[in-house]
Amino acid sequence: MTAEILLQTLASGMLIGLIYALVAIGLTMIFGVMNIVNFAHGEFMMLGMYSSFWLFALFALDPMLTLPLTVLMLFTFGVLLYRFVIRRITDAPMVSQIFTTFGLMILLRGVAQFLWKPDFRSIENSWVSGTVRLGEIQLGRPQIVAGIGAIAVTLAVYTFLHGTKWGSALEATAADKEAAQLMGIDAHKMFALAWGIGAACAGAAGALLSTFFPIFPDVGANFILLAFVVVNLGGFGSIGGAFWAGILVGVIEVVGGLLLGPQYKMAVVLVVFLGVLMFRPQGLRGKA
Amino acid sequence: MNRRLAIGLAALVVVLALPFVVTDPSRLNLLILVLMAAQIGVAWNLIGGYAGQISLGHAAFYGIGAYTSTLLLLKFGLNPWLGMLAAGATAAVLSLAFGWSCFRLKGHYFAMATIAVAELVQIVFTNWDYAGGAVGLTLPMNHDGWAWLVFAEKRPYYWLALSLLLLTLAATVLVERSHVGYYLRALKDEPDAARSIGIDITRYKQIALALSAFFTALGGSLYAQKELYIDPASVFSTALSIKMSLVAILGGIGTLLGPVLGAVVLTTIEELTRALFGGSGRGTDVVIYAALIIAIAVFYPSGLIGAYRSWRQRRRARSAAAVSREAAP
Repeated sequence: MTAEILLQTLASGMLIGLIYALVAIGLTMIFGVMNIVNFAHGEFMMLGMYSSFWLFALFALDPMLTLPLTVLMLFTFGVLLYRFVIRRITDAPMVSQIFTTFGLMILLRGVAQFLWKPDFRSIENSWVSGTVRLGEIQLGRPQIVAGIGAIAVTLAVYTFLHGTKWGSALEATAADKEAAQLMGIDAHKMFALAWGIGAACAGAAGALLSTFFPIFPDVGANFILLAFVVVNLGGFGSIGGAFWAGILVGVIEVVGGLLLGPQYKMAVVLVVFLGVLMFRPQGLRGKA
Repeated sequence: MNRRLAIGLAALVVVLALPFVVTDPSRLNLLILVLMAAQIGVAWNLIGGYAGQISLGHAAFYGIGAYTSTLLLLKFGLNPWLGMLAAGATAAVLSLAFGWSCFRLKGHYFAMATIAVAELVQIVFTNWDYAGGAVGLTLPMNHDGWAWLVFAEKRPYYWLALSLLLLTLAATVLVERSHVGYYLRALKDEPDAARSIGIDITRYKQIALALSAFFTALGGSLYAQKELYIDPASVFSTALSIKMSLVAILGGIGTLLGPVLGAVVLTTIEELTRALFGGSGRGTDVVIYAALIIAIAVFYPSGLIGAYRSWRQRRRARSAAAVSREAAP
């Protein structure tokens, strides 16, 4: 019985952790390429959730079907945001960078509340609802599909970065902006691309989450904290690091909740986070 | 110098007498809110401005201040004057743990760690039944007067908030002029150089943080005495941490009166938008507030005082150029 509970907990922790990883991958990419922490990243995810919700509510299109559309919308949003706002603060002091993205966070929440009201919404009876029995344990089908989807998107981003010319240019910009510019890479284009992909990842996470998680304007608040933790554990700028750290954080969260009670699961994650920051500020995998 | 002193004294008389002129309770309340925002902004500035460590978790100290004096009052009947001192001392001591866990981090990493610490403290208080849990604590209204810092009317809170602001400003001036102030500026601008000439960087950051925490906690105690009700969501919120840093950044980070100016502008905007657009309950006020934050961060990274200084410099340069043109044959 206890072994079953533990197994069940681990499995659900890993599945939600894959979503955390996907949110964090966008965050770590933006940071890696241009050294800006995007406090509004949870709100990108929220926009992805609302995109799924409205396409479902208005046109009865399933979130899994509209996933590419949501990703495309968020990509465009990220690029436009870079073009009109973030571009102005690429060389600004850290304080103004923090407060620009922080202001964006409050702004997007406010806009969502204005347009769609603060109500909790949910998507009922999507294609993926129901549960699956795997031997002794039972998992929600939406969670499993979301986990698989998150792996697929992560792999796609990874392949893009390591297998295409654009991806290499992006990596080059992250490694050394000046040298990349000397090689004829337009840094502003790369920054815009990073914001586009970053927002698209968060949007994909939101779409995958929308089938089993309540949708409301402040939904990003917890996710951004978790994404910070993931990005720090995985090492800033590391996609692979964020992937494994995301799974780890998901597991820590559910195990902590199981041992201490659900009200403390976030506290456990934060304690682990601070502990790692203190003893390994470079992340779990990084070199000292 | 004498002229500056005279201006200062005149300004002091004006702000002291203001509650006799502004009698409308809601306007007086706005003034009190401005003073309270200015005070925590000035306190934040000690670590965020002078030492350059951007803390986004100062609500932890504010909440600890509010809870310390309130718990001492409710559980042990301690007078709030002493409670305030205890609150400041508690926050200063706890700031050692805060600093110990965060000071080896720089820049963004420091900022994110401070958010995590504040969030952690909020979770603890939300689940701590002795301290009222998520419901919070209500202060008794059984006294009226300066002895127990509970007043039926608003004016005493104005003078209380003003005194606290002046006290915090005085402490800032003392720090600015002492060797601590010079060390802080050194470690902010050139940390490696400061270390190489033998300044114990962590120690001086810690001193700045402890002072900042002390005065932030006094602000929290005052809030509890004024509102007579506290709960974790209101005194530990991230929004509050942000507000403290925002008033300092908007006015001019690392300047004495920057946070005061920032508090006047920000609180007025906040209350105005709330009065004009808040009634709809759809968050229009929040949208305007956020848009302003972005505009300030993008266009005035050095704050209003910085913008004023560069404007004055440009004007001087222009007039100097004009003079030299005229002087030229």
